[in-house]
Amino acid sequence: MLNAVFSLIARDLRLGMRRQADIASVLFFFIIVVSLFPLGIGPEPDQLRRLAPGILWVAALLATMLSLPRLFADDHRDGTLEQLALSPQPLGLIVLGKVAAHWLVSGLPLTLLAPVLGLQFDLSSEALQALTLSLLIGTPALSGIGAIGAALTLGVRGGGVLLSLLILPLYIPVLIFGAGAVEATVTGVGAQAHLSLLGALTLAGVFFAPWPTAAALRIALE
Amino acid sequence: MLVASHLECVRGERSLFRNLAFRLDEGELLYLQGRNGSGKTSLLRMLCGLLPPAAGEIRWKGETIGRLGEDYRRELCFLGHLNAIKEELTPLENLRASAKLADTPLDEDLALEALETLGLAGRADLACRYLSQGQKRRVALARLVHERKSLWLLDEPFVALDTAAVELVAGLIGAHLQRGGLAVLTTHQPVNIPAGTVRQLVLGSC
Amino acid sequence: MSKGFNWYHFSSPQTFYPLAGKMIPWFWALAALFGIAGLIVGFLIAPTDAQQGEGYRIIFLHVPASWMSMFIYLVMAFWAALGLAFNFRLSAMMAQALAPTGALFAFLSLWTGALWGKPMWGAWWVWDARLTSELILLFLYVGFIALQASIDDPRRADKAGAILALVGVVNVPIIYFSVKWWNTLHQGSTVNIAKSSMAKVMLVGMLLCALACWMYAIAVALMRVRKIVLERERHTEWVKAELAQEK
Repeated sequence: MLNAVFSLIARDLRLGMRRQADIASVLFFFIIVVSLFPLGIGPEPDQLRRLAPGILWVAALLATMLSLPRLFADDHRDGTLEQLALSPQPLGLIVLGKVAAHWLVSGLPLTLLAPVLGLQFDLSSEALQALTLSLLIGTPALSGIGAIGAALTLGVRGGGVLLSLLILPLYIPVLIFGAGAVEATVTGVGAQAHLSLLGALTLAGVFFAPWPTAAALRIALE
Repeated sequence: MLVASHLECVRGERSLFRNLAFRLDEGELLYLQGRNGSGKTSLLRMLCGLLPPAAGEIRWKGETIGRLGEDYRRELCFLGHLNAIKEELTPLENLRASAKLADTPLDEDLALEALETLGLAGRADLACRYLSQGQKRRVALARLVHERKSLWLLDEPFVALDTAAVELVAGLIGAHLQRGGLAVLTTHQPVNIPAGTVRQLVLGSC
Repeated sequence: MSKGFNWYHFSSPQTFYPLAGKMIPWFWALAALFGIAGLIVGFLIAPTDAQQGEGYRIIFLHVPASWMSMFIYLVMAFWAALGLAFNFRLSAMMAQALAPTGALFAFLSLWTGALWGKPMWGAWWVWDARLTSELILLFLYVGFIALQASIDDPRRADKAGAILALVGVVNVPIIYFSVKWWNTLHQGSTVNIAKSSMAKVMLVGMLLCALACWMYAIAVALMRVRKIVLERERHTEWVKAELAQEK
């Protein structure tokens, strides 16, 4: 049963590799948004250091948002989604596979890129570590929760904007604990509590979100 | 085997058909006919379980398909009017990925043989975006060569195919029926499929 | 046929439509009654607050609006879930009808909060945990309304909206908790409405106003459901007969 899911992940990764431009444009969006902030608020290092966690996390949310509409849309358009829904695997499990593949091509690259961008904001090495760790733990939740929105807005007018409207409010807890972890490290409180809560959110998001997503996909296929 | 009773289909506010019933047993073929928009595709999607009927029920081996769920899907092969192939992948990759997803993995030799049967021997390693419409349809249909699931639901399988390919696919369906399989298909073209029992269902007249 | 109470009978739009029509004036009357009583208590009987002066009287609208905005979200999710689980047409319509009223109360709560905050802390907006959660609740309402509005097929809109409402209900406590955590860490100013030893008469006034809001919400939701029923069932014979009669 898991074989089919792994082969789905492998297929999605292979597709991602052959559409590298899509992955790259999401990453460059992330880079550009983060780089705009110092231009908007001024280059004082103290101020930048204080704002960095929030800015990097918000930019990561927006970049994820940008990649979500295509999570199911391509499969919907070419008929693959029907085949996914008709495969003998539970659809929730298949969604989990899609979410995992999405994280590997969007969440993970964002996480790897974040410390480099953190340097622009003069973050200390502990803060950079906390930033990377918080993104590593938190971004799977973004993919999982985002999948619900992607499925609900599948084939709907103005899907992309609507998707942000539905999903961004649900991202707030992830944002609070993710950015909070970095800030707690900077202020010396320690990020332990934030990271544990973030981990709990991710576990909940990754394991519960596939079921409403699967229900929404079935509705979209009717 | 497959029994439908009192089926009703409502799309938007229009009722496409109601009180539709049929029965299909081993080795039998059901042709769905009717003009455009008469509900052929909708009926096929109902039989897959993708579209819940507005009324009535569908039973497979005596049990409603809703209750069977995954057990029903394990015996079902559906080919929609969309090909479900990825333009970026090669025919070989597409075929093997879809076979794995259906829990009937094909090794490379069998997959290549299937593609060869459909006349795609030299194209197995070319990204599908470079193929013609008919060739893409052949990639999708290559699944049928080694498909041993008992119920085939095919939506317009012959569209975009040349006469040679039509004959070939008709042969595949015929062989499936001979093995005791069931098939439901919609088509506009009159195609001669070698089958013991052929049932016809004309939609839009009931 | 069972002779007991027949849910299916009352959940059919055709039965419900005239019944709701008869109920609406009563709810309006009750809303007016409770509203007047609440205002009399709030403005004439309740004493001036020692610390906050006359400005505090906005809580007679602010607090009931906040209560209603949260309560309506729960009710909405309940109807949506019922519609999803049992395929009741009417309960999905109910959920759809409640959403704008809930959003209105969330908005009112924010607005009156701002009006109250300006004289109290000299700022229209403070990032207080409750205000922030209320704002997020408003976003959730807006998302629900926007999703339903952009799906053309009403059956799909109902189901998709129901899933979103349920996801939202699960998330509301998580969001509230995380916002509270965020708020305490940042030591933002905390608005504590219920803190001051509230006189009994104030509580009575607030409850009366809350009842008025409740009755208003029911009346408006019923009116909206009637509209939705007419729109969705416009091709049926009984709606045509109904419309002909009204002309």
